[in-house]
Amino acid sequence: MSELLKVPTMAEYMAQGKQPEVLFWVGCAGSFDDRAKKITKAFVKLLNKANVEFAVLGTEESCTGDPAKRSGNEFLFQMQAVTNIEVMNAYEIKKIVTACPHCFNTIKNEYPELGGNYEVMHHTQFLKTLLDDGRLTIEGGKYKGKRITFHDPCYLGRANNVYEAPRELIQKLEAELVEMKNCKRNGLCCGAGGAQMFKEPEKGDKDVNIERTEQALEVKPDIIAAGCPFCNTMMTDGVKVKEQEGDVQVMDVAELIANAQDL
Amino acid sequence: MDYLPNIIFAIALILGLGFFAKNVKKLKRNIMLGHDVDVSDNKSQRWKNMAMIALGQSKMVRRPIAGFLHVIVYVGFVIINIEVLEIIIDGLLGTHRVFSSIGPLYGILIGAFEILALLVFVSVVLFWIRRNVIKLQRFWKSEMTSWPKNDANFILYFEMVLMTLFLVMNATDTNFQDLNSGNIVSQFIAPWFDGFSETVLHTIERAAWWIHILGILVFLNYLYYSKHLHILLAFPNTYYGRLKPKGALNNLEAVTAEVKMMMDPNIDPFAAPEEGVEDDVPAKFGASDVQDLNWVQLLSAYTCTECGRCTSECPANQTGKKLSPRKIMMDTRDRLEEVGKNIDANNGEFKEDGKQLLDTYITREELWACTSCNACVEACPVSIDPLSIIIDMRRYLVMEQSAAPVELNNMMTNIENNGAPWPYNQMDRLNWKNE
Repeated sequence: MSELLKVPTMAEYMAQGKQPEVLFWVGCAGSFDDRAKKITKAFVKLLNKANVEFAVLGTEESCTGDPAKRSGNEFLFQMQAVTNIEVMNAYEIKKIVTACPHCFNTIKNEYPELGGNYEVMHHTQFLKTLLDDGRLTIEGGKYKGKRITFHDPCYLGRANNVYEAPRELIQKLEAELVEMKNCKRNGLCCGAGGAQMFKEPEKGDKDVNIERTEQALEVKPDIIAAGCPFCNTMMTDGVKVKEQEGDVQVMDVAELIANAQDL
Repeated sequence: MDYLPNIIFAIALILGLGFFAKNVKKLKRNIMLGHDVDVSDNKSQRWKNMAMIALGQSKMVRRPIAGFLHVIVYVGFVIINIEVLEIIIDGLLGTHRVFSSIGPLYGILIGAFEILALLVFVSVVLFWIRRNVIKLQRFWKSEMTSWPKNDANFILYFEMVLMTLFLVMNATDTNFQDLNSGNIVSQFIAPWFDGFSETVLHTIERAAWWIHILGILVFLNYLYYSKHLHILLAFPNTYYGRLKPKGALNNLEAVTAEVKMMMDPNIDPFAAPEEGVEDDVPAKFGASDVQDLNWVQLLSAYTCTECGRCTSECPANQTGKKLSPRKIMMDTRDRLEEVGKNIDANNGEFKEDGKQLLDTYITREELWACTSCNACVEACPVSIDPLSIIIDMRRYLVMEQSAAPVELNNMMTNIENNGAPWPYNQMDRLNWKNE
């Protein structure tokens, strides 16, 4: 399948003197993390299917600086931000889509003051527009009637009030969307935000991802849907600790849609 | 001699208000110890937030039971101030129930006050039971040491006594009872005093009247020393509360200037600054003490009611870690008070006391446990942002002390060298395409 993936870079578009419809900001997790790479590919398959003219920065992309900023290193964050903004402004980027809520939040909310003004969308929002415009159709396929619960990423939900786009996509799969005890603006963190992903948690009774996984398992889902590569990792680990990996899958919304259509 | 009560009343009023004004001045001075921050933007949205959140209690009712009871006490407090106004006029002029001249409307008003007084009494008793009998978890966290617990109970006792006095005052006012208009609740209390002589009744009525108004003046002055200050500060705090999306952290301007200089090949880093251009690099990056925070953060510390909604939503706290966003706010307030007292004791200047907010009050372990998920910010009924303080303190730890946990230092080195938090080569960034 993979040889069918069309992933043009901005440099290639530039060489042809063309401008893509949207820049797909892959993010560090989406580029390097083995699990997250699958999400990246699933999303690209959907973009290809819908004939979206997109491009990636490829080797010209760098970390947005989110974990540096949240751990207090404002210098490193701004160095990253200014470098990324220079690259994107040189390509005259107008619109960005990303599958990582941390990249989404940083580019959308923290780059403008530093000279980077773009229309930024989370991939679930972008897929929703493709659906609304009739460029993409979603069928239930193998997820019809399955119990799916959506874990709200803090940086998509509470931080930016995006709650509905991922849910609408799940419902389009004709799945049964079940809500956890803590959802939407009351969603519980997966435990990875604020650079926690990169360090051991402080001492406590349990890890945050275990607490969140327990909440998810309470509603007896077939699938825990996520919209963030870091949440995905944390929830996958939680499901493993609870020894439920045989019964419960953790999937990104983009993967659900791509899989449903056997892409 | 006839004027003696009026004079005593005037003196009590002046003392009560004067002492309060003095403390408000001190409060303002302390808040202004913080950095300036520009909050002059978007006035209409700010007024709207204040109207919805402080006046309209929109975030209180997200927890329906506590919210409903709080709304009763709040409405009772606001409405009963009309009664207090009458008491003040009566006290100063020596009149009795001066508003009664407005006719039947007076009965309706007093009737409403009586019903509210009873509802407030019941609500306050329920609040007391929630704290002391049911022992709701969030009121018994480790930061709820003796004073915060006592403070909460004192407030409740105070309100119980004030409401009782108001109803007793009405019940023993024989002329008012005879009118049988507006004594909706007090008519059921009046029979308790059957058989008392006219003089005794009058004495009880006067005593209740005096203790009620003196109690209000004492309560007013208690505010400054108490979490109850929120009844005043919730309004400015919701007005000045954040308007940006919760995920947007501020970009430090001083850092921007430095970064621009580092990135711009045309700037001579050794050039002397132009004449008259102020060196705007701050003495310190981030915050290690209250003076390094901005005044909105300090205002928030005084506004915090210690209700613990933030802490009960905090994922770190829920999983047994030391971090409690409420404690962050309480520590900030305690330290600010300490700094204020230090300034008062040293003729208006702060004398180094070997303490600071970081380490003396807030430990590094607490700061590093935060996932920046914004649950505390979302939960706060009065627009407090504990996360902003946590981030400012992390900034101090990282940029001034290079004191991040080792793993975070590794992560930052990776970003610096490879453009990713992991040790992968930036040139491999598109490898997934062909895997």
